[in-house]
Amino acid sequence: MGEVKVIGSTLSPYCTRVEWALKLKGVEYEYIHEEPFNKSPFLLSHNPAYKKVPVILHGHRAVAESLVIVDYVDDVWKENPLVPQDPYEKSLARFWAKFSDDKCIRGAWNACKAEGEAKEKAIESAKESLSFLEKQIEGKQFFGGEKIGFLDLAVGWIPLWLGAMEQVGEMKLLDAEKFPSLHEWSQNFNQIPVIKEALPPREKLVAYFTASVRAVR
Amino acid sequence: MAAGEGVKLIGYWASPYALRVEWALKLKGIEYEYIEEDLPNKSALLLQCNPVYKKLPVLIHDGKPVAESLLIIEYVDEVWKEKYPLLPRDPGERAKARFWAKFTDEKCVPAVMATFTSQGEEQEKHAKEAQENLKTLESGLEGKPFFGGETIGFVDISAAWIGIWAKIVGEIVNIKLVDEEKMPLLCAWLQGVLENPIIKDCLPPGEKLLEHNRGFHRMLTGAAST
Repeated sequence: MGEVKVIGSTLSPYCTRVEWALKLKGVEYEYIHEEPFNKSPFLLSHNPAYKKVPVILHGHRAVAESLVIVDYVDDVWKENPLVPQDPYEKSLARFWAKFSDDKCIRGAWNACKAEGEAKEKAIESAKESLSFLEKQIEGKQFFGGEKIGFLDLAVGWIPLWLGAMEQVGEMKLLDAEKFPSLHEWSQNFNQIPVIKEALPPREKLVAYFTASVRAVR
Repeated sequence: MAAGEGVKLIGYWASPYALRVEWALKLKGIEYEYIEEDLPNKSALLLQCNPVYKKLPVLIHDGKPVAESLLIIEYVDEVWKEKYPLLPRDPGERAKARFWAKFTDEKCVPAVMATFTSQGEEQEKHAKEAQENLKTLESGLEGKPFFGGETIGFVDISAAWIGIWAKIVGEIVNIKLVDEEKMPLLCAWLQGVLENPIIKDCLPPGEKLLEHNRGFHRMLTGAAST
């Protein structure tokens, strides 16, 4: 079918999850780095609808939207399946992945940049969202069961990115006492070699979040 | 799994999200029991089946709830995969289909909604954005009669209701969002989908839907609608 290229930004958890999917499948790819605030004509030509990273180029195909890409990667390269085979389990994995993207990441970021009373409220709301994920991981090693899967990759922003947001936002969301299972999963996830090797440096992420928060306050 | 065994759909007559799931079920010839929610009084069943979002539609299959309309359609397509496949088999085409359904929900719908609820200069800005996004959606057709190719598929049933809604919004706020001159292919596509007998049969009554949305508009803007 052709070589694989990923247009991405290393600080983006949406791009990292695509790299994780490819690495788990043993797929070689070329990474084309995009500057976050200086979008190239190359990116814009391959994703005119959203104008965002990540985009995967595979032969003549261009696929955008990170979870759609991970689904695509799982579809094309059948070894080491990421998405559950059972239709009901599949729907649950996709549901929680969407929930994580729609509510948890946004909620954590809102709490990070908020101040005063609004911050207290945002923290409570973010914790409430995390409590749903806690219930999903209870009694399991990974969201995918004994091996990491689609949902682990979707929620994989938590160990590093949430940690960085907590630092910059001077708050604690992933409370080990309140969310013991999610906390334990978080510790284990980032230790997996394939996961670890795609992570951006924490200092760079912290610096990026610090600048972003400053820009909105 | 016996086809049609224990399939229930919790919906609402005016909900486009419930409508798209019904379209999927009907195209696939799946028998189901429809449970109408008495909004805004959400039933205990709905809250039990979707405690996270507390929203409809929810499909209950053999006692197991599936929420989020696009996920429900994918689930249905997978369980009853031999009956009228909605998603393409080819991974690249499948990814494209998921992309356009997502784009409709994330870009087209909010812009149309924002046009509906805003006024003055802000409304003009949102209307322009809605039209741009609808034009982008049109490009996804790639010159075919349907997103599914020669027959109605996943994107068609996910996105077509926006044509109904844009018309309603247009009537209430007096702005034409779906322009035949600027979006001829999109208009032809909408006609093609909405004239299909199975699709047409599920549509809520036009006048009732218009009045329902007029009421919505009055509530949201406090304006006396035209």
